[in-house]
Amino acid sequence: MSDTVTLTIDDHEITVPAGTTVLEAAAQLGVEVPVICYHDATTSNGLCRVCVVDVNNGRLLQAACVTACANGSKVETRNERVERSRRTILEMLNSAVDLQHAPAIQTLMSDYDADPARFPDAERREHALLDDNPFYVRDYSQCVLCWRCVQVCAEDAQYTFALTFDGRGFDTHIATAFDIPMPESPCVFCGQCVGVCPTGALKPKIQWGMEQGLTPDEIRQSTRRSRHRREEAEDG
Amino acid sequence: MDSLAEILAPYQGRQRDALLPVLWDMQTAFGHIGPDAVRQISHTLHVPEADIYGVISFYSLFSAAPTTETVIRVCTDPVCGLAGADEVVHRLCHRLNIQHDETTSDGKYAVSHTTCLGLCDHAPAALISQRGHEEIAVAPVSPESDLLELQITPPYQSIVRGDILLRGVDGRHVESLTDYGNYRALHHAITTLGPEGVIGEVEKSGLIGRGGAAFPTASKWKMTRQAAGQPKYVVCNADESEPGTFKDRVLMEARPHLILEGVALCAFAIGATKAYLFVRGEYPESTWRLQRAIDEATHAGLLGENIFGSDFSLDIEIRRGGGAYICGEETALFEAIEGDRGFPRIKPPYPTTHGLFQRPTVVNNVETLSTIPGIVEHGGDWFKQWGTEKSTGPKLVSVSGHVHRPGVYEIIPGMTLRQLLEDFCGGVVGNLQTVLMGGAAGTFLTPDQLEVRLTFEDLRAIRSTFGSGAIMVFNETADLPDILRRLGRFFKHESCGKCFPCQLGTQRQMEILERAAAPLAGDRERLHDIGLTMTESSLCGLGQTAASAVLSALEKWPDLFAVKGQPV
Amino acid sequence: MVAAPMLSPDHTVRTTCPYCGVGCQMNLHIKDDVIYRVSAPFDSAPNYGNLCVKGRFGLDFTTHPRRLKTPLIRNGGPGEFREATWEEALTLVAERLSQIVRESGGDSIATYACAKATNEDNYVFQKWVRAVLKTNNVDHCARLCHAGSVTGLQLAIGSSAMSNSIAEMEHLDTFIVTGSNTTETHPVISLFLKRAVRQNGAKLIVIDPRQIELTDFATLWLRQKPGTDVAVYQAMAHVIVAEKLYNEDFISRRTEDFNDYIESLEQFTPEWAEEISGVPAEQIRQAARMYAQADRAAFYWGMGISQSTHGTDNALALTNLALLTGHIGKPGTGLNPLRGQNNVQGCSDSGGLPNVFTAYQKITDPAIRGKFESAWHTSLSPDPGLTVTEMVDGALLGKIRAMVVMGENPLMSEPNLAHARHAMEHLDFTMCIDIFMNETSELADVILPSASFAEKDGTFTNSDRRVQRVRQALPAYGESRPDWQIVCDIATRMEKILEVEHSAGYDYPDAEAIWEEMRFLTPDFYGITYERLEHEGGVHWPCPTLDHPGTPYLFENDFPRGRGKFWALEYGTDSELPDAEYPYHLTTGRVLFHWHGGTMTRPSKLNEIFPEPILEMHPDDAHTLELVSGDWVEVSSRRGSVVCRVMVTGRSPVGTVFLPFHFVEAAANLLTLDKIDPRAKIPDFKMAAVRLRKTDAPMREGADIALDERGTIKDPTTYVH
Repeated sequence: MSDTVTLTIDDHEITVPAGTTVLEAAAQLGVEVPVICYHDATTSNGLCRVCVVDVNNGRLLQAACVTACANGSKVETRNERVERSRRTILEMLNSAVDLQHAPAIQTLMSDYDADPARFPDAERREHALLDDNPFYVRDYSQCVLCWRCVQVCAEDAQYTFALTFDGRGFDTHIATAFDIPMPESPCVFCGQCVGVCPTGALKPKIQWGMEQGLTPDEIRQSTRRSRHRREEAEDG
Repeated sequence: MDSLAEILAPYQGRQRDALLPVLWDMQTAFGHIGPDAVRQISHTLHVPEADIYGVISFYSLFSAAPTTETVIRVCTDPVCGLAGADEVVHRLCHRLNIQHDETTSDGKYAVSHTTCLGLCDHAPAALISQRGHEEIAVAPVSPESDLLELQITPPYQSIVRGDILLRGVDGRHVESLTDYGNYRALHHAITTLGPEGVIGEVEKSGLIGRGGAAFPTASKWKMTRQAAGQPKYVVCNADESEPGTFKDRVLMEARPHLILEGVALCAFAIGATKAYLFVRGEYPESTWRLQRAIDEATHAGLLGENIFGSDFSLDIEIRRGGGAYICGEETALFEAIEGDRGFPRIKPPYPTTHGLFQRPTVVNNVETLSTIPGIVEHGGDWFKQWGTEKSTGPKLVSVSGHVHRPGVYEIIPGMTLRQLLEDFCGGVVGNLQTVLMGGAAGTFLTPDQLEVRLTFEDLRAIRSTFGSGAIMVFNETADLPDILRRLGRFFKHESCGKCFPCQLGTQRQMEILERAAAPLAGDRERLHDIGLTMTESSLCGLGQTAASAVLSALEKWPDLFAVKGQPV
Repeated sequence: MVAAPMLSPDHTVRTTCPYCGVGCQMNLHIKDDVIYRVSAPFDSAPNYGNLCVKGRFGLDFTTHPRRLKTPLIRNGGPGEFREATWEEALTLVAERLSQIVRESGGDSIATYACAKATNEDNYVFQKWVRAVLKTNNVDHCARLCHAGSVTGLQLAIGSSAMSNSIAEMEHLDTFIVTGSNTTETHPVISLFLKRAVRQNGAKLIVIDPRQIELTDFATLWLRQKPGTDVAVYQAMAHVIVAEKLYNEDFISRRTEDFNDYIESLEQFTPEWAEEISGVPAEQIRQAARMYAQADRAAFYWGMGISQSTHGTDNALALTNLALLTGHIGKPGTGLNPLRGQNNVQGCSDSGGLPNVFTAYQKITDPAIRGKFESAWHTSLSPDPGLTVTEMVDGALLGKIRAMVVMGENPLMSEPNLAHARHAMEHLDFTMCIDIFMNETSELADVILPSASFAEKDGTFTNSDRRVQRVRQALPAYGESRPDWQIVCDIATRMEKILEVEHSAGYDYPDAEAIWEEMRFLTPDFYGITYERLEHEGGVHWPCPTLDHPGTPYLFENDFPRGRGKFWALEYGTDSELPDAEYPYHLTTGRVLFHWHGGTMTRPSKLNEIFPEPILEMHPDDAHTLELVSGDWVEVSSRRGSVVCRVMVTGRSPVGTVFLPFHFVEAAANLLTLDKIDPRAKIPDFKMAAVRLRKTDAPMREGADIALDERGTIKDPTTYVH
C-alpha cells in the first residue's frame, strides 16, 4: 500500500499521506469546509454532517472530518447537493436550538443562505437552565449535541465519566446519571466540557452572571442557589 | 423477589459486554433499574454509572424510573393502525381511567405504545411486560380483548407457505432436534468440505444477504476469513424490527435448528468460535425457542467443544435487545452487545475487519443464515436452481395489510407482485390503493406496477427494493396521510440521535406529516429538502432511508401536501 | 426567549497557571478587569487544552475584596494594622532591617523566597538577600515538599529535577506512581497518565497506602503500610538482582558502587518486605518484573515519599531501581518528582536556596561566587545559610532576629505549628509580602501588598523544567505592586542607609531586564529569552545557547555527577508510630479543590465546593469508634488538637486517617511533628500518631449544615472510571 494518495479537491490536485482526512487535505489547500461538531482535540464522530462533501458524485455525501482521502477520487466541497444538505441541517438546527451564543454557526447560517424561520411551528429543545454548582451553568436549550463535552469528560481527556446522553433521537440531551446535580455526580469541575462547548450551553458562572448584568460581588455571593432547585420544584 | 446481590452474583468478574443481560435481569425483576442497582452494576462490571444510565435511557424496554407492575404497549405502526390499534389503546385507557402514557392510581397498569412487534399478520398486536415475568407478545388484540388478564398464551398462528426453507412449517409446530436431524450439513462441512469448501459453495449459490443491504454473502465471509485479528465472531442479526416484517420471527419460532446450523456453518467457514444471536427484546417467544434449541444442540454435542470430534468448537450466546430499531444496523448492534448505546459506527472500517469488539465479524440476517445448511448439504447449484441469475434461491417475504391471507411466503424470485398477492395471498381485500414495498424504509408502488417481477434487479430498476422483505398492502379505504404520519412517528421514535440530519430531520418530517390534513405553504419543499438531506447526508442506513417512503409518496401523489388553492 | 447578549472580552491574555507545578498554559478572558472565563490553548504543551478546576474556575481570588490594597503597619497586637503609604512602609522596613544588619549581621535575618512568585521576583529577592543583607539565609517551601527527593537525587545522580517532560507520558510503557495522588495534586498530568493506560495500553503500578483514583487504572496496586516505602522498593531491587533482570550494560557504562550495593540487598527479600509493609511478596515480585522487563519505564512520585524522615532514602531507593534497570536517559524513562507549586522549580532555579545561586551554581565554589560578586559589585558570603526548618529553631534560640516572608504562609505549612508560632513570636521584626492577609502575616510588623500572577510579567518554570511566560492581564489591585519592584525598592533604600558604594543594581525597567541579567549569569538558562518564549511557548532548561532546542529529558549520555551512584540503604524508621495512647496513624496532604495554605483557594468559589476539612477514616475504624460520616471528631496528637468532621471511606487503610492541610480551622500541621530527615531537613508530614474522640459540633460557620449538604465532599471510591 502506498504511503501517499493523490486526489482532486475542487479541481486542485493534492498529494497527502494515506489516512489524511478530506477535511485536513482541504485545509492544506486553503479550502474551508464548515464544521460544527468537529474539534481538533476530540474524537471525530461525523455527527453534524455540515462538513459533507461530494466524493465522485456518489449516492451518499461524505463527512469530510471522518472520510480518508482516497487515491484518484474527485471531491467537490461545494455544489448544489452539498449546499442543500448544509443549509437544511442549519435550518433544522436553528429551529430546534437557541444559537444566539454560537456566532460561528450564525456565520454559517448566512454563508449558506439558511432561513432561520424555515420550519414554522417546529418543536424546540427547551430546557431549564441548570445552575447547580459554583463554577459553571448548563443551558441545554443551546446544546447542539456535538458530544464534545461527553467525550472530554470521558476518554478524550478527563476519564471522569460524569456525563452521558439521556433519551434518544430528537429528544436526546446531555445529562448526569439520573439527572443528579453536578456536585452529586463524579464531576471534578475541570471544565474541559466548558472549554470545548461550541455554543453558549456551557458557561463559566462568572461569565453567565456578568451577561445577566450581575457584578462580580453579586456573583460571588450567589451561592449554591439552585443546587436543590429541582427538589423545591418537586415540592411545589 | 431476587435481591440486587443475587442478580449480580453470576456476573462477578464479567465486563461491560454483560451490561445488556444484567439490565434485562434487573428490569424484569424490579420493573426498573434505579440508582442503587446502577451503582452496584457499575462496580460489578466496571462501567461508569453515567454510561449505564445512558444505556438504560436509550432502550425503550428499560426504565430508570419506577414503572407500574404491568406495562401494556400497543403497536401503532401502519398495519396495526389500520387494524384499529388506536381504538384498542383508547378503550384500554378508558377502562383503566387513565390517559395514554399515564399510570393507574394503584400503580398497577400503564398503557403505552410500541413500534412494530412483527405480528402484522395478526394486527393489532401488543407487548405486555409484567414485573417478575418475561415479556409476552399478543396478537390480535381487539378492543374487547382482556389484556389485563395475563394468562395468555400466544394465540397467533402465522400463515406460512413454502417448500424449501419453510418446508413442513405450519406455524404451529416447533421443530425439535429429532425433527431436524443431527446437523448433517455441518458434519459434511467439517468432515469433507472444510472452511474454504463451505465458502466455495456459498459463493457458487450466488446468495445475496436477506437483511436489506443485498450484499453477496460469500464475499463477506471471505473477507472476514482473510482478515487479520483474533478472535473472530459471527453475529446473527435477529433484530427484525422493520415495520411489516415478521419472516425472521416465523423462522426463529419454527426452525431454530436451521438457524443454529447456519450460524455454526458460518463460524466454521470464517474461523470463529463464538457467535451471538442478537434477538430483539420484543420477540420473547423467539428468544426462548432459540435458547431451548441451543441447549438441545449443545447437549447433543452439535454445539460446544470439539464438534463431531473435530477441532471446531462453537459457543452460541443469545443477546436480547433492549428495544431499539437502530440495533438492526450492524454496527449499532455491535455497540449493543458491547454494552453501549446503540449508536451506529462510522464505516469504514467495516465489520469484516473491525466488527464486534473491533475484531473481524460476519453479521448476517436470520434468513440468510437459514439458507446455508441447504446450500452446504446440497451444493450451491442446488440453491441456484431457483430464481434468476442475479436473485438466486428462494426468498421470504412478509405480506400484511389488505390481503385475504397475510403471512410469510417463500417466493421464487421472478414471480410478479400480482402473482404473489393473487395466487399466494388470496388477493387484495377491496380495491388496491398502494403497496409499501420493503418496510417503513421502503417505497410505495401503485396498482400499475403490480407486474414488477420480484427480484433484486427488477425492483432496483423501478427504484424500489426488497428491503427487509416486507410488503404492506393498502386498499382504497386506507388513509395515505395517516400511513405517512405513522411512518413519520416511527422514524422519529427510532432515530438514535447521533447525526444531525436524522436526529433533526425525523422530527421535522414527522411534524409536517402530522399536519398533512392542513399543510402549510412550502411543506412539500420542506419534506423534499429534509428527505434528500437525510438520504444523502445521514450517517447510517436508518437516516438514509427514513425519508424514502415519503419521497416516493411525494413523487407518486403530487397533490399530497399541496395547500388548497395554491399551485403545487 | 431573547438571551442576554454574549460577553465578549476586552482582551485575552496568554499566561501560565498559578497553581500546581504542571504549568498549564491558559488564556484569561477579561471584561471590565474581571477574569470571566479561562480557556486553554489546545496546541500547546504541557496541557494541550486541559485545565483542572483550580486553573479553570479558581482565579476569582484575584478580585476578591479581601485582597490587600495598601501597605499595612502593625498597630497594636497581632492582627491589628493600620494602612500606610508605600513611602512610609518601605522606609520603615529598610530602616529596621538595616538596623538589624548593623547590630547583628545579615545572618540574623531569615528569609523565605516564594515558590508562587516568578523567577524574576525570586532572582531579585535572593540577590537582595545575598548582596545587601549579606547572608545566604534564603530558602523556601521546597524544603517542606521535595527536599527528600532533591537530596536523594543529588546524591545519586547530581540533579534533582524531573528527568522527563510531560509530553513523553503518553508514550510510557510501564510506570510506577508512588506517594502521589496525582489526579488531585497534579490533575492535568494525571490525564496523560490515564491516557497512557487506557489508550496506549501502558501498565501502571501504584504503590500507595491510599486507594487513590489511579488505583482504578492500575495493573497492580501495592498497598504498603504507611512509612514502609523503602522496604518495598528495596525488595523490588532484591528481586531484580536475584532474577538477574538488571541491565548489565547500563550498569557498567553509567554507574558505580554496584557490587557493594547488591551485597547490601541480600537481606531485603520480598518475604521480609511483606512482613514489614504488608504487601504480599508475590505482588512485589510482579511489580519488580513488570518494571525491569519494560521497554520504557518511569517513576512518578510526590510528597507521599518525600515528606518523610527517610525521604532521602526513598529517593535513593527509587534511583537505585532506575540505575539497575537502565530506565533513565531515554524518552519515557526516568525519575520524576512531581513538583507541588507553580514555580517551586523556578524558585530553586533562581537561587532561592541557602547553598546555591541560580541553576544550582554552588555558593561555595569561589569561581562561581566571584562571577556573582563582580556582576553585583559586592562581596558575598561563602557560608551556606539556614533552611526553613532551621530558621524556625533559629528564631526560638534568638539567633534569628528578623524574618522576611515573600508570599508564603509558614504558619500553615510548617510542621508542629504551635512550636513555629511560638518561635515567630520571638522575632524583633517580621515583614510579609503577600496578596492576602494570612496566618503568618497577622504576626508581621509590616505587610506589603503584592501583585498577583495576573497583574505582572515574568516567567514560571514548571515541574518538567519548562520556562514559560507570565503576562499581565489585570491592572494593579489597589496599590499593590509586583514583588520584584517591592524588593528593589527596599534594596535601594537599604543600600543608601548602609552606605553601599556601588549598587548591586536594582533599577530594572521591567521583568525582562531581570531575566536578561539572570541568563547571562546562568549558563543553563543562557539560550532562553523572552523573545523565544513568545514564539515557542516554553523552553525546557538546560538550554545553553540561543539555538539550543532545550532539553525535554535528561541524562541521555551522562549524569551531572558523572556516573550514577548506587546507595546501599538500611531499613529503619524513627517516625512517630501509633501506640496505645495515640493509636491512629495520621497522614496529611492535599485535596483537588484547594492548594497549599489555602491563601488563593479559600477566597474563591473553590471553597464553596470543598468548604471544610474532612478527616478520612476507614469503615472498620469508624465502626470501632461508633462514628458515621458527618460526625465531629477531635483529632489530637502530642502537639495539638483540631476538630473536624469525618468521612468514612475505604480510601484510607485501617488504622490510618487522612487530613488535608489547607484549612486553618483544623490546621493539620498543629498535629504533625517537626522531626526531620537528617540529610534533607524535610519534616515527617505523613507520619504522626493521633487519637480520636467524638465531639460536638464547634461554633464554626457552616457547622450546623449537614455534611452532604455542603459542597461536593464525597467518597471518591464510589465511582468507577
